[in-house]
Amino acid sequence: MISADISTVLPEILLAVYAMIALVAGVYTGKDKVAPTILFLTAAVMVVLAAMIGLSGGGTTSAFNGAFIDDGFARFAKVTILLAAAAVLVMSKDYMLRRDLLRFEYPVLVALASVGMMMMVSAGDLMSLYMGLELQSLSLYVVASLRRDSAKSTEAGLKYFVLGALSSGMLLYGASLTYGFAGTTVFSGIISSVGEDGMSMGLLFGLIFLITGFAFKVSAVPFHMWTPDVYEGSPTPVTAFFATAPKMAAMGLFARVMFDAFGTSTAEWGQVIALLSLLSMFLGAVAAIGQTNIKRLMAYSSIAHMGYALMGLASGTEQGVEAMLLYMAIYVTMSVGTFAFILSMEKDGQPVTDIASLNMLSKSHLPKALALLVLMFSLAGVPPMVGFFGKLAVLQAAVEAGYGWLALAGVVASVIGAFYYLRIVYYMFFGDEDKAGIDGTMSPVLWVFLMGSAAIMVVGMVNLFGVDGLAAAAAQTLVN
Amino acid sequence: MYLALLISPLLGAIFSGFLGFALGGKGSSIIATCSVLFSFLCSLVAFYEVGFCGDTCHITLFSWTSSSLFNINWGFLYDPVTCVMLIVVTSISTLVHLYSTSYMDSDPHLSRFVSYLSFFTFFMLILVTGDNFMQLFLGWEGVGVSSYLLINFWFTRIQANKSAIKAMVVNRVGDFGLALGIALIFYTFKTLDYTVIFASAPYFCTQDFYFPFLGFQVSRIDLIGFLLFIGSMGKSAQIGLHTWLPDAMEGPTPVSALIHAATMVTAGVFLIVRCSPLFELMNWASNFVILIGALTAFFAASTGLVQNDLKRVIAYSTCSQLGYMIFSCGLSNYSAAFFHLTNHAFFKALLFLGAGAIIHSISDEQDMRRMGSFVRNSPYVYSCMTLGSLALMGFPYLSGFYSKDVIIETSYNSFFVDASFSFVLGLLAAFCTAFYSFRLSYLTFLNKPAGFKHTFSNFHETSSTMVFVLSVLCVGSMFSGFVLKDIFVGMGSDFWSNSIYLDPNHRVPFTDYEYIPTSIKLIPIFCGLSGASLSTLFLHFYFNKKIPQEFINSFEGSIYFKLYKLVVNFLGERWYFDKVYNNFVAKPLLNFGYYVSLNTLDKGAIEIVGPYGASYIVPRISKQLSILQSGYIYDYASKVLLGLVLVTLPTGFVYTLLMIW
Repeated sequence: MISADISTVLPEILLAVYAMIALVAGVYTGKDKVAPTILFLTAAVMVVLAAMIGLSGGGTTSAFNGAFIDDGFARFAKVTILLAAAAVLVMSKDYMLRRDLLRFEYPVLVALASVGMMMMVSAGDLMSLYMGLELQSLSLYVVASLRRDSAKSTEAGLKYFVLGALSSGMLLYGASLTYGFAGTTVFSGIISSVGEDGMSMGLLFGLIFLITGFAFKVSAVPFHMWTPDVYEGSPTPVTAFFATAPKMAAMGLFARVMFDAFGTSTAEWGQVIALLSLLSMFLGAVAAIGQTNIKRLMAYSSIAHMGYALMGLASGTEQGVEAMLLYMAIYVTMSVGTFAFILSMEKDGQPVTDIASLNMLSKSHLPKALALLVLMFSLAGVPPMVGFFGKLAVLQAAVEAGYGWLALAGVVASVIGAFYYLRIVYYMFFGDEDKAGIDGTMSPVLWVFLMGSAAIMVVGMVNLFGVDGLAAAAAQTLVN
Repeated sequence: MYLALLISPLLGAIFSGFLGFALGGKGSSIIATCSVLFSFLCSLVAFYEVGFCGDTCHITLFSWTSSSLFNINWGFLYDPVTCVMLIVVTSISTLVHLYSTSYMDSDPHLSRFVSYLSFFTFFMLILVTGDNFMQLFLGWEGVGVSSYLLINFWFTRIQANKSAIKAMVVNRVGDFGLALGIALIFYTFKTLDYTVIFASAPYFCTQDFYFPFLGFQVSRIDLIGFLLFIGSMGKSAQIGLHTWLPDAMEGPTPVSALIHAATMVTAGVFLIVRCSPLFELMNWASNFVILIGALTAFFAASTGLVQNDLKRVIAYSTCSQLGYMIFSCGLSNYSAAFFHLTNHAFFKALLFLGAGAIIHSISDEQDMRRMGSFVRNSPYVYSCMTLGSLALMGFPYLSGFYSKDVIIETSYNSFFVDASFSFVLGLLAAFCTAFYSFRLSYLTFLNKPAGFKHTFSNFHETSSTMVFVLSVLCVGSMFSGFVLKDIFVGMGSDFWSNSIYLDPNHRVPFTDYEYIPTSIKLIPIFCGLSGASLSTLFLHFYFNKKIPQEFINSFEGSIYFKLYKLVVNFLGERWYFDKVYNNFVAKPLLNFGYYVSLNTLDKGAIEIVGPYGASYIVPRISKQLSILQSGYIYDYASKVLLGLVLVTLPTGFVYTLLMIW
């Protein structure tokens, strides 16, 4: 019995054990001197694990009496998470090294956060859910304030921590209500406790509090307040990390709980999530227009994108989950490319984040400007790019599920949102040459990520590299 | 060969148009002329094979559109009707191409000009050869575009711009009718192929297929014919939709000759002849056709009496002759209409090109009141123009005589009220035609010099190319009627075979127009001769001050003078058609367009709600949202809790309601 359980959670165990070994090894060897080695090793381990999970074949197994579920949905999310985390790690090396930020704990913390995220998407029980969530959150709090000598960075970490604690409190309150009214913490038990005539009121409130907690993690409006500040304050590689893997994990967790534990009452939570989605899309689109800092801008952008992903979830259908997964995978890819560029934004060796510094980039660095143009178009959802297909999928899912108004609002919001993406393009191609700011030099690694991501956005329009099929398969295992 | 004659003008247009910069004006006009000439030679062969050997040719190339029931093939049908049109179009087009090389030789855009001409010829050929209504419509719109481009050829002239737009807009009305007609055809027959439609048309005449139209139950065939006829009215400038044709004279004269006299404007007649199996089954709609045709014939001829612009007189004459053709079709004498179409193409092209020669010689003066005595400067052009005028008024044994008299006799011989109506109007129109033709001739050639001195001192000789073209057309105007009479309208001629269908139940057959009393047969000739002589005499006396002064004085004092002034004003204002259209149609529409759709909607509501409003309000909201982002943890925490309330509230509220209920 136990050996079967172990084999089910093997990837998580491997990663956790690796993280601990790396920690100990780091402490007893060269400490920060070996940080680059550990960093690359961590990334390599993650890629290997991703491959292992991805190639492990189908089937749904559960371990520890249903507390841990390994199914197609979880594997899809895990592969995305691990690859995104590995990519961000590799990208961050140069930046951190140059600013003397590369502590050996950084890759270890990222690895631990990844373990937490993997737990989250595989959770089959409120306990394991919370365990994964906190493991991830605590690691993230620390990496947010990685730059201890910067007031902004520490402030970001603190804010994240305090507000995260608040949200955890609400989540736990919801979990306790759910436990109280359902009598169990296992998702399969919760779903069977919902009778023919719908949920009891207590269970409903439990559900709402749980949603609140998750909404905080995915930074959906109105629980998004931390996002711009944390994105801006954290070191850029950490921001890049925040924008990618944890979003996928939180989204996966959200979908997991909604379908596994409350799958029979899609109408109840669908309305709430639709509301969150609507607010997120509009706030993300409108508030970003006033931003001049590209990191804050990306924070609002991520809020808006979470709104769209939530639209897929709100549909409460298999198609909706598929669209959500597809959207997240595309979003993570786009974010990696965009942050690869943001990491390279420097002037005289100092990082700059003002978008005005992109003026007339096309003149000095045309390929990069073109790549960023592709990414911006994709983020805005301009048709031939892959980003459009993600939006199209969620809109279709919403319309099919009877959320026509939400889809319509999504289209309007995406038009508003297109403004600030296009403004970046405008600066790069038609801007004022006198204000030209950045040096434009770029390490080869970042260059590869930027170009690769842009290329995916263009080439992917052919068949999306089959990700839509994988997402469909993953969604099927979750919803049924 | 059948396809080569089609494609050749297109190639000519492409080469002379896109390679005009390399070939130069001369080179492109040679290419374009040769391509059309080739087309003409092929047409001659086709005419022999199809017309005389009776070998109708139907080519289907490949599919154009295929969407469930809606299948359109690229198909070409060469039957006698098509082949006559081919001859007319390609021969006149070749001559006009040739003429243009000389007429436009000082124009820097000569290559563009001949390219447009060839382009027009191509679409005209598509129009006449198509084997389905879709292709006809393609050609129909294509010639419309070419007409627009050519009227507007001198695009820096505001008058040309206005006329081109007018031609386009007025034709929209007609084309809309045609498009509706085609749609109704498809709705009824589920196909647009001529063969299928014409074969199955009688089936749809019964009461079962009546169709609601304007609150009446009407026969579908009638309605289809009516709508198609609206299209004809637009293209063939029938009364009501004729206003564009006189204005189209702003284009270069060769264009007027080719498009606005000989070929394009006859497309409406062609459409009716082509659809004779449908028109034969109509009831009230054929009365409508007769009415419109007869009215046009008379209206345009009477208006032509008092026009002063040389080309406008000829334009109204064209309009009037088209009226003859149309009412002949309405009277079921399609072959006579077609006969007249052919003859008309020759003598009207002759008139236009002759007028062009004069206008060219005196540096673009068109007002007849400033001409006169050109018979001394260019006697050859004078002879050509006189010949053309005689042919037009139906002088015995010239071409117009054969066809126009047949038409008038048909109207006499058809025992219906509308036919008698057209008979009377046709005679009046014949009188007017002769009158204005000789007025034109007198004012331009015979009168004492009335122009400026430089008009005469700068007079230059007509080039040999133009003379050659005019000579060819003279031959056509003289002999086409005599040569073609027995073929086209001769007793028992089987030239048209199945391409024209006559329903014995529809109108009285024409076999008995051999039995019309000679006195009746002489009336048209009498009308023509009296009109011509009256016009010449009157003008001669008037300009040579032969009319006694006291007579003039007493006339000016009498009530008749007031009447005379009224009539002349009425005719001079072109029966007030333009005035009514401008004041009661165009102006309200323009006002609507400016005040309502532009100012109130586009620039008003839509912009305020749309781009301007958004770009005004969104940054302000954005700023407000930034203020929300205070940066204080306690503030954030309280907002998170507020958000929680916001999320919980609706659910709790609904739930409470459910509990109470």
